[in-house]
Amino acid sequence: MNNAMMDAVQAANRDSSMQAEQPLLTVDGLTKLYAPGKGCMDVNFNLYPGEVLGIVGESGSGKTTLLETLSARLQPDRGSILYHQKEGAVADIYEMTESRRRQLLRSDWGVVHQHPRDGLRMNVSAGANIGERLMAVGNRHYGDIRKVGLEWLKAVEIDENRIDDQPRTFSGGMQQRLQIARNLVTNPRLIFMDEPTGGLDVSVQARLLDLLRNLVMELQLSVIIVTHDLAVARLLADRLMVMRRGKVVEQGLTDQILDDPQHPYTQLLVSSVLTP
Amino acid sequence: MSERVQGYNFAYLDEQTKRMIRRGLLKAIAIPGYQVPFGGREMPLPYGWGTGGIQLTAAVIGDDDTLKVIDQGADDTTNAVSIRRFFVKTTGVGTTEKTTEATLIQTRHRVPEVALKEGQTIVYQVPIPDPLRFIEPSETETRKMHALQEYGVMHVKLYEDIARYGHIATTYAYPVKVNGHYVMDPSPIPKFDNPKLSESPALQIFGAGREKRLYAVPPYTRVESLDFEDYPFEIQQWDEQCDICGCDNSFLDEVITDDQGGRVYVCSDTDYCHSRSEDMVSNESAGIKKTVALEQTKTPEMTCE
Ligand SMILES: Nc1ncnc2c1ncn2[C@@H]1O[C@H](COP(=O)(O)OP(=O)(O)OP(=O)(O)O)[C@@H](O)[C@H]1O
Ligand SMILES: [Mg+2]
Ligand SMILES: [Zn+2]
Repeated sequence: MNNAMMDAVQAANRDSSMQAEQPLLTVDGLTKLYAPGKGCMDVNFNLYPGEVLGIVGESGSGKTTLLETLSARLQPDRGSILYHQKEGAVADIYEMTESRRRQLLRSDWGVVHQHPRDGLRMNVSAGANIGERLMAVGNRHYGDIRKVGLEWLKAVEIDENRIDDQPRTFSGGMQQRLQIARNLVTNPRLIFMDEPTGGLDVSVQARLLDLLRNLVMELQLSVIIVTHDLAVARLLADRLMVMRRGKVVEQGLTDQILDDPQHPYTQLLVSSVLTP
Repeated sequence: MSERVQGYNFAYLDEQTKRMIRRGLLKAIAIPGYQVPFGGREMPLPYGWGTGGIQLTAAVIGDDDTLKVIDQGADDTTNAVSIRRFFVKTTGVGTTEKTTEATLIQTRHRVPEVALKEGQTIVYQVPIPDPLRFIEPSETETRKMHALQEYGVMHVKLYEDIARYGHIATTYAYPVKVNGHYVMDPSPIPKFDNPKLSESPALQIFGAGREKRLYAVPPYTRVESLDFEDYPFEIQQWDEQCDICGCDNSFLDEVITDDQGGRVYVCSDTDYCHSRSEDMVSNESAGIKKTVALEQTKTPEMTCE
């Protein structure tokens, strides 16, 4: 990414965090259940600008359900999600018009899916994948779109001469990095990620995590990341939420939770990772 | 009315169906470019023959109409002849090949070269009505995308063209934005014809038989072809001119004349070409040399100069 771009993003994010010490998201009593214990129940937390929140828990504990509900893609049964908008006003995302909600999702927010095929257009070029959001928000200059595409390929460590190749010719790690670039191109403030390193080789995972960590710091992004890999959580997350059967059983600073878990379930989770 | 066969309702469709289609058309005219579903009827022709257009024509045609039917610009192709014969048999209305004399024109793949005028209606046969279908198979989703004007993907398609070919390579069914809102498939006309859709004094209606959708561009409505600032929309152009009438700015068809690869270019709009040739002949008999006529033929309703 070029420096001017980076400065602009940082300045924008710094401004909005300074003018308001308010949380970016205020989540209250959020509930979405498919059946008792299946989904997420009574979730409460605040997310502050620049913060990375990890959601951990075993398979089926409701992590994806919670993430989808949080990211305006799955209507909750109960509860509210207040979003502090760029323009300053605070609004419940499910009380916004659908149009506004979808607009947020393709500009201020980003979603990185576990499976690249869910987050990329596999049969259009990498450049078009990155450019799509720009075109969606009204950019009509091919040369500009292409230039930004090249910058973002570089930023996510993909060879610039791959710009016209389709992502199905990319490795899994490259696809994930492309997905990240595709989201970051509109300078979003908040990124949702569901197991972004799942299904990747360990060395590829490490590289992606490194990249993610740098981008998050450079761009002062707020992130909510779902993972069942506590090592990933340790590396990226400032705070953790531990889920079990749809409920948050413990939440707090990542180091505290991983080094001194209070809830028996968290203790189990942490110990099972420590004894391979 | 003499030719009309007995035993069928006027224009084949029953009055109730026609009313239903006309209600759909009114809605379509009220919301330019918006795709209105309609309860399409089975027609005694296969889908590829333009049953969507035929149903629209059947719903609006009246005793006093003069019908013109073209296919790829020609009045004498099998498809055009069959559709024209169908309406002659079921309505007895008069027909014409002259664009200027028609009140109702059904077309596939072309818009006549002669500018349409107030009071005329042109019916387009449409195979795939939704321009978003190529990227999004879900109907529910495309409806939402249209309603919310989420048209970024349309430019993704054009971007891909430029990335791959260095220019926008889409030449047919080139997407347009109607009245500043809905993106619309103008049917598989060449992009050459796109500018004719905009601000046309005629009523333009579009029917897709298989997908049972109709849409409309009312008279004097803005129709813009999508493009990029640095890759603006352009129409096809030829270095050649028509071998028959000499026109150098009509849409030309390439015709192979022999096994040695010989070829000539002729206007795809046969009526247009004939009228120009006739004018040339009369000009010649008035003492004007043909070569001059080729360069300078100009009649009020013609655009070629
Ligand atoms: N659309 C759905 N309909 C019915 N039940 C569902 C649906 N989606 C998820 N569930 C159920 O809700 C529970 C939580 O699922 P969810 O996908 O949120 O878990 P998860 O923590 O993301 O699991 P994993 O780690 O395996 O991805 C599971 O029991 C799941 O079967
Ligand atoms: Mg999941
Ligand atoms: Zn000609």
